[in-house]
Amino acid sequence: MKLDPATIGHLKAQARHYFEWLKRWLDPANLARLRPKLEFQTGVLAGFALLASVLLGVTNCSTEGTIRQRLNDDLLHSLAEVVPNGLHDNDMLQDTLTVPSADYNIAANETLVYLAKKSGKVTAVCFKFTAPDGYSGAINMIMGIDRDGAILGVRVLSHKETPGLGDKIEVAKSNWILNFVGRSLDNLTPSQWAVKKDGGEFDQFAGATITPRKSVQAIYRGLQLFKAHQTELIKP
Amino acid sequence: MFLSTTYRKIAGDGLWNNNIVFGQNLALCPLLAVTGTATNGLGMGLATLVVITASNGLISVARHLIPSEIRIPIFVLLIAALVTLVDILMNAWAHELYKVLGLFIALIVTNCALLGRAEAFASKQPVKEALWDGLMMGLGFTLVLVALGAAREISSTGTLFANASLLLGESFRFLEVTIIPNYKGFLLMALPPGGFIMLAFLIVGKRLIDQKLTQIKVQRVVLNAAVTE
Repeated sequence: MKLDPATIGHLKAQARHYFEWLKRWLDPANLARLRPKLEFQTGVLAGFALLASVLLGVTNCSTEGTIRQRLNDDLLHSLAEVVPNGLHDNDMLQDTLTVPSADYNIAANETLVYLAKKSGKVTAVCFKFTAPDGYSGAINMIMGIDRDGAILGVRVLSHKETPGLGDKIEVAKSNWILNFVGRSLDNLTPSQWAVKKDGGEFDQFAGATITPRKSVQAIYRGLQLFKAHQTELIKP
Repeated sequence: MFLSTTYRKIAGDGLWNNNIVFGQNLALCPLLAVTGTATNGLGMGLATLVVITASNGLISVARHLIPSEIRIPIFVLLIAALVTLVDILMNAWAHELYKVLGLFIALIVTNCALLGRAEAFASKQPVKEALWDGLMMGLGFTLVLVALGAAREISSTGTLFANASLLLGESFRFLEVTIIPNYKGFLLMALPPGGFIMLAFLIVGKRLIDQKLTQIKVQRVVLNAAVTE
């Protein structure tokens, strides 16, 4: 579209006129006169609310995809921690199965299981689960299990246990969680799936018994969940 | 000094005299919650510094528009929107930092110091002064957080700036030092009661220094008077 000089001049004059009006309106003296008025107060509050919601809405919409991508990267990173990369050639985020888990006290009625496949054959599975009864709240974990039911790796994703005592369940703080690698329901009896204080196989921490005890029990329940659905999960 | 008296007074207030924690006794909730280690204190301090400066600036710009009858809801709205904005943007564009600081960002909303500065300073002052005030108040808050975090961390685990490389990047790994090797640990200091106890010591220390300074000032005045006589 091409505008002739006269129209442009007219538009410019109009813009200048509105700009001048806005400047006069925003003058502190004029605003001081308007401030006590109820209409003005209503308008200002509504204006700020509108501004805030538009700003937040636009930001949320424009970053939604990026944030989802970042969370996926985080998940992939955790999956890689518990399922060795050599075991699969598929996108584990796409190959999933949902199994009912209400009876296993892992704080979820349904558990999303990520399947690791190599040449179309399931080599390992991986899922998140929770010890709902940690010393100071839920302990969220992720576990990788090979197709025969032996643990490939367990990691704590988040927890609220006592810093300096219970936080030895984190791999960054201690090697304790690595003791589970290779363990399964077959090579340990049910009574061995406990901390040493309770007659089991796993160390407790000095000054903190509840955190490791509840972690061991949750991992045991996670293995049971896998066993109950093993045939269905490793079918292909 | 290259700063004018006004700016120097604002800086002095923010950093020492009217410090958010020492002077106003505000922001104790986020303060005690995150100062288990010096690194966490630094993270919370930096996040607050950014938000308080931005909120001070924003409120100062809009100060003629805001009627005094409804100023509080507008301040709360602006601060909450700002904090949420920082939270979303950081999650998207600085995700690694967000994983460390994300916890603190949401806590900033509970920091009444922001509302306090908006009410007491930014709503009455020009933009430049308000920004400077936010910067100085935030800096003063950061210093207290780091000091308290360091004191608690040393007494509870014997280390200083543990995991600083997670927050600031690998090049800051030199900050991570073990002050007391083979320290058995003193759990109380890592827990909230330890925060209260250590904070009390810090406040007492600040008061003692202030007392000393006043004494020196009084002595000098007396001395000057004696000389002029």
